[in-house]
Amino acid sequence: MEGHSHHKESFVSKYIFTHDHKMISKQFLITAIVMGVTGVTMSVLFRLQLGWPGESFVILETFLGKWAPGGVLDRNAYLALVTIHGTIMVFFVLTAGLSGTFSNLLIPLQIGARDMASGFLNMLSYWFFAISCVIMIFSLFVEGGAASAGWTVYPPLSALPQAMPGSGMGMTLWLLSMTLFVVSSLLGSLNYIVTIINLRTKGLSMTRLPLTIWAFLITAIVGVLSFPVLVSAVVLLMMDRMMGTAFFLSDIFIGGEALDATGGSPILYQHLFWFLGHPEVYIVLLPALGISSEVISTNSRKPIFGYKAMIGSMMAIGFLSFIVWAHHMFVTGMNPFLGSVFVFTTLLIAIPSAVKAFNYITTLWKGNIRFTPAMLFSIALVSTFLTGGLTGIILADSALDVTVHDTYFVVGHFHIVMGLSAIFGMFSGVYHWFSKMFGRMMNTKMGYAHFWITLVCGYGVFFPMHFVGLAGAPRRYYDSSHFDFLDKVMDLQPIISTFAIIGSLAQLIFLFNFFYSIFRGQKAVQNPWKANTLEWTTPVEHIHGNWPGALPEVHRWAYDYSNPAHDEDFVLQTTPLKDGEVAH
Amino acid sequence: MKLLILLVIVVGVIAVAQLAKIYQLSARLRGHREEEISEADTKLQGSLWIVFMFVFFGMTIWQFVRYGDYLPPSASLHGKSVDTLMNYNLALIIFVFFVVNTLLFVFAYKYRYNKNRKAKFFPHDTRLELIWTVIPSIVLAVIIIYGLQTWTVMTGPASADAIRIELYSKQFDWTARYSGDNDEFGATDFNLITSSNPLGIVTQEGIDAALVKIDGKISKLNNELKSEKGHLLAEKKELESALHGGEHSHGDHDNHEISAEKKAHLTNRLQLIDDVLESGKTTILSEAAYEAKSDKVYRLERHRQRILELSSYELGRGIDPWSVGKDDKIVKGEFHIPLGREIEFVFRSRDVIHSALMPHFRAQMNTVPGLPTRFKVTPVITTDSMRTILDDPNFNYILLCNKICGSAHFNMKMDIVVDTEAEYDEWLNNQKVYISEKN
Repeated sequence: MEGHSHHKESFVSKYIFTHDHKMISKQFLITAIVMGVTGVTMSVLFRLQLGWPGESFVILETFLGKWAPGGVLDRNAYLALVTIHGTIMVFFVLTAGLSGTFSNLLIPLQIGARDMASGFLNMLSYWFFAISCVIMIFSLFVEGGAASAGWTVYPPLSALPQAMPGSGMGMTLWLLSMTLFVVSSLLGSLNYIVTIINLRTKGLSMTRLPLTIWAFLITAIVGVLSFPVLVSAVVLLMMDRMMGTAFFLSDIFIGGEALDATGGSPILYQHLFWFLGHPEVYIVLLPALGISSEVISTNSRKPIFGYKAMIGSMMAIGFLSFIVWAHHMFVTGMNPFLGSVFVFTTLLIAIPSAVKAFNYITTLWKGNIRFTPAMLFSIALVSTFLTGGLTGIILADSALDVTVHDTYFVVGHFHIVMGLSAIFGMFSGVYHWFSKMFGRMMNTKMGYAHFWITLVCGYGVFFPMHFVGLAGAPRRYYDSSHFDFLDKVMDLQPIISTFAIIGSLAQLIFLFNFFYSIFRGQKAVQNPWKANTLEWTTPVEHIHGNWPGALPEVHRWAYDYSNPAHDEDFVLQTTPLKDGEVAH
Repeated sequence: MKLLILLVIVVGVIAVAQLAKIYQLSARLRGHREEEISEADTKLQGSLWIVFMFVFFGMTIWQFVRYGDYLPPSASLHGKSVDTLMNYNLALIIFVFFVVNTLLFVFAYKYRYNKNRKAKFFPHDTRLELIWTVIPSIVLAVIIIYGLQTWTVMTGPASADAIRIELYSKQFDWTARYSGDNDEFGATDFNLITSSNPLGIVTQEGIDAALVKIDGKISKLNNELKSEKGHLLAEKKELESALHGGEHSHGDHDNHEISAEKKAHLTNRLQLIDDVLESGKTTILSEAAYEAKSDKVYRLERHRQRILELSSYELGRGIDPWSVGKDDKIVKGEFHIPLGREIEFVFRSRDVIHSALMPHFRAQMNTVPGLPTRFKVTPVITTDSMRTILDDPNFNYILLCNKICGSAHFNMKMDIVVDTEAEYDEWLNNQKVYISEKN
């Protein structure tokens, strides 16, 4: 790689089929933004129906045509929107968008590598992701509409085309898209693991790595171990749909016909699905936590508190995430004793999570906090991680889960703990590393406006949902206004929808700031945040191989902020130890 | 409509232009750099955290005051302990929520940037870390033990004298079944489901009825297939060429010659086809529809075979296995349960997964095709008493579907009435016996 090539790259090799991790990271980010806009728009459309059930909105007919005859959302279209919103946000935005963008950008830059271990696999990873996005969007336009069985697509509902319109071609495409998505995710994750383990620069031992890298490593390992199980579920479901097998089907009478299938178990699918589905929560969350660790430490001008405890708790979360899946299944008729075991393991996760939350707060304590937009989002992440995590205690307790399972309480819980936290982590990362991606700065003032509106609306949307859920309102209901017992909480629905609309519109500020800054933003300096890590020793202009000369050598950990042995409040990792200074 | 879209575009363009202007202005302001946060900004952002904290906590408290009594008192025995457990847990998480969020927001405000100060270098402290590992562990241990005690009691086996009621789900309604005088549910089989036997209860009559129905369907489809014009014409052509093939061939092959017997057979068939075609009683189907219908016949024949096999099984455990289900009672619209008696609900599903949610009884259980599930409930407040408590003469307990099951999922419900035992007995006596309804 020495003396990187000087030949002029073609448009295709530079912007499309590129092997360069920085460009691939931008591809992931832009694709995720497009998918994110789609997913959020969908949520606004169905929130209109939920906030003001049965009322006519011109905008719905404009957007959806025959799916919203007379401006009232069709009930099948509602289920399709809910399903695809969930799928897009969980997988396409918060898994591929978050991990794909920042693992790709930061792993080589923060470990001092020229590029990923395999640039080619990296390129494939992006293109599998892109194809799966296209198929998922395309599935909205096929006969019967997109998959509508909820983002978890439980059979038999998802297995039988006669069960609902969305279980026809739309479901087939959903399954196909997810399969490709998993291929993308596996290619990416393997690459991340290999790169982190093998390509660290001289002096960068595992215990000197920034927490971002630790988070990406654990995320990738969790992904490699859990995503294949989703593929197995998806393939078996495809076979049940197309080849007459009965893995998930038994004793079914539907459409006036008794089906042949006997001996299968729909619950088996749920076990397979949640074996991925729960680790998936942490696949989404851990990179966000890694980003916020880095951002909070840098902008508090303080070392992250309890570096080793942070790594340990991420490992514990990663491990425990594999043995808690059945807490999604307390009311499936599963043996109650088995339920008890999962109550125990699930609540154990609260311990490493609590450690993380307290460590963040202690990092702020006696810090010197710079309120960059990235920092604001990271502080908010700690709040949402805490608030959402606490309601998880209710849901993990099987006896209580029985009353709130599949209600709005769950929707509120996971949108705060995983939706808001992860998206805040993502925004934080974008504001923080924008200059590393595009060589320019984003506008701070707009960042502030974007942040505060997003935070207020985020809580405004999801906090009241806990009360709607405690009152017993089921999620995924097209209309809950016809139940007398819910009258008391139904006035929250329009409030929630209003916040959702304002919050979504506020994202336009971000979109403008993002795209405008790419071209017109202030030119960045090399190390704008005065941070310690290696990515800030690379030139502002992107070059192949990241560093123009030799690779940097690392002499210390990533968090020597305000070290009393130094005058400046930051010490680059490449700075050699002073005489008598003890490495952390 | 077009005007509206145009308007949106115009407004959008103006908004973008304005944003660009703000952007340029704020960037040029005193030649500052984006990464340098001015003192004024630091102060404002720090204060905003405190403002946010008060607004957020204020709204939280308001919601608890306004929506805190989200559900009426539990109408079931186990629900009372669930509510107590819920209250303890809520109290705990609300406490932690306020304390830790306050720390976060106050620290953010208090330690905002000051260029004259250097942050404290405080990378770790084993004692502190131990404290916030051990304390949550102890608290969680208490939560787990208390929670599992409640869970074990509520999911334990039902007592011997519990009343068993079956709740049966299908897209998109509920049916309840009571076991009748012999206190035993008749066996069921999904192959026997017909409009007159919606739960597929196994009786000789049920089997006969199902066979009649399925035979009817098969012969109707077969008739349609047999008189399909396209296929008849094609067969006619084939027959004709087979019959006349020998004459037209130039004798280089002798395999066209057919026996007289076969010739007669073919001629007969040809005659039959001509009759049908002339009678005009033909059907016209697309190739796909023809395929689908023949496929359906094939499936129905397999279904028929399964019903026949069923009748050869020994189903019961005592008396006459075929008559156990005859006195079962099937109820739709609303179902009744008696006060103070333990009810064991047995759930079955016909098509997809549904979930029986009874919010007032703090009860929920999925209904899974092919896998019966259970949940026990002891009602402790009658519908009448609850109406008095809530001062609402129209109040009814409700059973909802809480697992996405199709387009009318949100409308799949059934009322529950809790009676005194005497009222319940009277109500149940007035319900029709399943088999008599059919006759």
